Amino acid sequence: MRLVLERRADRPTWLVVASPLIAVALTLVAGAILFALLGKNPVAALTAYFIDPLSDGWALQELSVKATPLILIGVGLILCYLSNNWNIGAEGQLVMGAIFGGSVALATHGVPNGPWVLPVMLAAGALGGMLLALVPAILKTRFGANEILTSLMLVYVAELTLDYLVRGPWRDPKGFNFPQSVSFEPEATVPLLVGGGRAHIGFLIALVAVVVAAIVMARTLKGFEIRLVGEAPRAARFAGFDDRRTTWFVFAVSGALAGLAGILEVAGPMGQLQPTVSPGYGFTAIIVAFLGRLNPIGALIAGLFLALTFIGGENAQIMMRIPLDVTRVFQGLLLFFVLACDTFILYRLAVVRQETAA
Amino acid sequence: MATGPLLQAQGIVKRFGALTANDHVDLTVGRAEIHALLGENGAGKSTLVKILYGLLQPNEGRLIWDGASVTIPDPANARRLGIGMVFQHFSLFDALTVAENVALSLGPETPMATIEEQVAELSRAYGLPLEPRQEVWRLSVGERQRIEIVRALLQNPRLLILDEPTSVLTPQEADLLFATLDTIKAEGRSILYISHKLDEVRRLCDQATVLRGGKVVASADPRVETAASLASLMVGAAVADVRNAAHEVGEVRLEARALSLPAFHDHGVALADVALTVRAKEIVGIAGIAGNGQDELFAALSGENTTRADAILVDGHEVGSEGITARRRRGAAFLPEERLGHAAAPGFTLTDNALLSGHATNGFVTGSIIRNDRVANWVERVINTYDVRMSGTNPPAKSLSGGNLQKFVVGRELMREPGVVVVAQPTWGVDAQAAATIRQALVDLAARGAAVLVISQDLDELFEITDRLAVISEGRLSPAKPTRELTREQVGLLMGGVHGATS
Repeated sequence: MRLVLERRADRPTWLVVASPLIAVALTLVAGAILFALLGKNPVAALTAYFIDPLSDGWALQELSVKATPLILIGVGLILCYLSNNWNIGAEGQLVMGAIFGGSVALATHGVPNGPWVLPVMLAAGALGGMLLALVPAILKTRFGANEILTSLMLVYVAELTLDYLVRGPWRDPKGFNFPQSVSFEPEATVPLLVGGGRAHIGFLIALVAVVVAAIVMARTLKGFEIRLVGEAPRAARFAGFDDRRTTWFVFAVSGALAGLAGILEVAGPMGQLQPTVSPGYGFTAIIVAFLGRLNPIGALIAGLFLALTFIGGENAQIMMRIPLDVTRVFQGLLLFFVLACDTFILYRLAVVRQETAA
Repeated sequence: MATGPLLQAQGIVKRFGALTANDHVDLTVGRAEIHALLGENGAGKSTLVKILYGLLQPNEGRLIWDGASVTIPDPANARRLGIGMVFQHFSLFDALTVAENVALSLGPETPMATIEEQVAELSRAYGLPLEPRQEVWRLSVGERQRIEIVRALLQNPRLLILDEPTSVLTPQEADLLFATLDTIKAEGRSILYISHKLDEVRRLCDQATVLRGGKVVASADPRVETAASLASLMVGAAVADVRNAAHEVGEVRLEARALSLPAFHDHGVALADVALTVRAKEIVGIAGIAGNGQDELFAALSGENTTRADAILVDGHEVGSEGITARRRRGAAFLPEERLGHAAAPGFTLTDNALLSGHATNGFVTGSIIRNDRVANWVERVINTYDVRMSGTNPPAKSLSGGNLQKFVVGRELMREPGVVVVAQPTWGVDAQAAATIRQALVDLAARGAAVLVISQDLDELFEITDRLAVISEGRLSPAKPTRELTREQVGLLMGGVHGATS
């Protein structure tokens, strides 16, 4: 006797919609068990994680700050994943965006400049992410190299490059030897949405990205091309689309969005370059893409939800002394349950008895 | 040993949901008899055979084997009773040798040397030329089929079931097969022969059972029936002859000049110096065994693979270096062999699949925005004109039956009134009614002035609709000759495909 996965003949629509919700519910249950095992009150812990952060204005602003990179990167990854291009290196593309954009801020530091600095920084950030993302794209189309491995490995290249820069040539000479750059000038800083708050216009950029991506995917020939290359590459060639160009395009766009997220992060909440500029937004955005059903609007909702886990994690650490790493565990559990729920939408579990002699 | 029939199936009923695939089917196969099972696609032949081989269980009815009532729960039991089967689609490993493939079905205890000996012996005894140490990927389709037959014969079956065995063979290979089947019959074994090729059934079989819509509509002696009478039993109506009369042709609309293209992969075939012209109002056929460069030729003509600019001309324009979209804009249309995954994306809806090949030519896209209303209108016209049957509005392509999807794909291309059409295997695996519709559409299109090129393995089809016929073998194309002046034997010899001295 053995267990096999059988493909389901039909796929109920309500299950497709319900799947991420079921996954969230299962994650909460698993989380409660986890907290109980850690000796914490599960109800209090979950409240600290998911309810408290929503109950005051400061936390809502913080939510938009954390959600901005997740949504931006998630939207780009959706294009990649729909076209069967597995860009796992958005974290590195984010860092490269911070480096490229940050270089503009540092080059214009202390010299006469103007309001053009920030747009140039954002463009440079997007360019940096795009260039790094094109490396795995070209390796894939030229040599057939697996883009999962190459894009992931480039994360370390980007992170160590940034680490070297802020410890070496870009270190603030008046910074008491801390590994960080000078603080960016006001012209090189992202404007805030609310005076004195933390929310910045990056969130609006993320919303624009969501709307544009939703229209492109639903209504334009480019969106059709991206879906077709992922669904049936041979049919895509028959349709006259060059799947190599599609690969370059989706890597370029997702890299640019990740780079933009990176420069928005350093020109916004941070205001300077540091050895680490992201708590893993590039990886968490993979969960955003899948939890959002590979749909840009879905990524908006999923991005806000996963931002909540970051803030909730900090809150729970302060309130209940729960280790911050539990946030990562939460996010991992969520991805696990999303993929598991999707599997059971497509397949059913069946018991097969071994062939027996009659 | 009993003297009654070898196998009787009585009142077999098999339902799949609302569909009754077999509706009280009776079948009697005598001893030392070659029994034909005739019917269109979807008539219930495969279902019945799967029940006999233990792959499906009937909802009602009983099986009597050698005078005793039996149930056949699985293929292992069928083989134990003495029922062997050769499927239409082979289950062979390309990288292994003939003998190794046979060994896989025998279990580990038999040494390889013994198997090689047995294979050699059987292939001699039954006239099935095979070299036991040859790797399978080097072999023609006919040779691969022989491995399957040898594999079945090693089990010493008393009933051998063959599912459309000649659909993939050249006439010469088919003749070899028929001689083998006669030998098998002479030993007292029975054969259940599934086919829709009426000439060979009349030549080979002692009895015929005709299925239509899941029911037995006739039991006949094929040797006293005519091909036409058998066909009308199968289809339920006299089949219209679509053959076009001799007619004037126009100027050259599609031309290939010294077209060469490297093979796509290790086991592919390179095109060598192919020359070809197709004129307005003309249908030209390219016959050949699968894997002799047809895929490469289609890719080169369609522009999926580009080549030298002057190697391919459409209406006098050099298009060899243009992609498929540019060639479509010049009024050419293309229909690949694979419906799902090549001509159509399986999981996409019909409207998305209409967009797939029509986005550059049908006004579906303005700016870069898709005009969903226009695509939907177009799909509705295709569905109505070509009588595409489906469930629901705008279902995914993979939910359509093979015949209906093919009608959709053909309609999608031909409704554009293309001036040049290149089509591969237009009626592969399609039932007779849909096949007739598709062939008629191609003939009508040519009559309106288009140049049509048909790449097919189905000689019946090519002889039915083409004006001129060429043969592709090993990537080389023979000069096209008027179909009227050719015989099947001539074409079969050109098709070759049997390696070495085995033919």
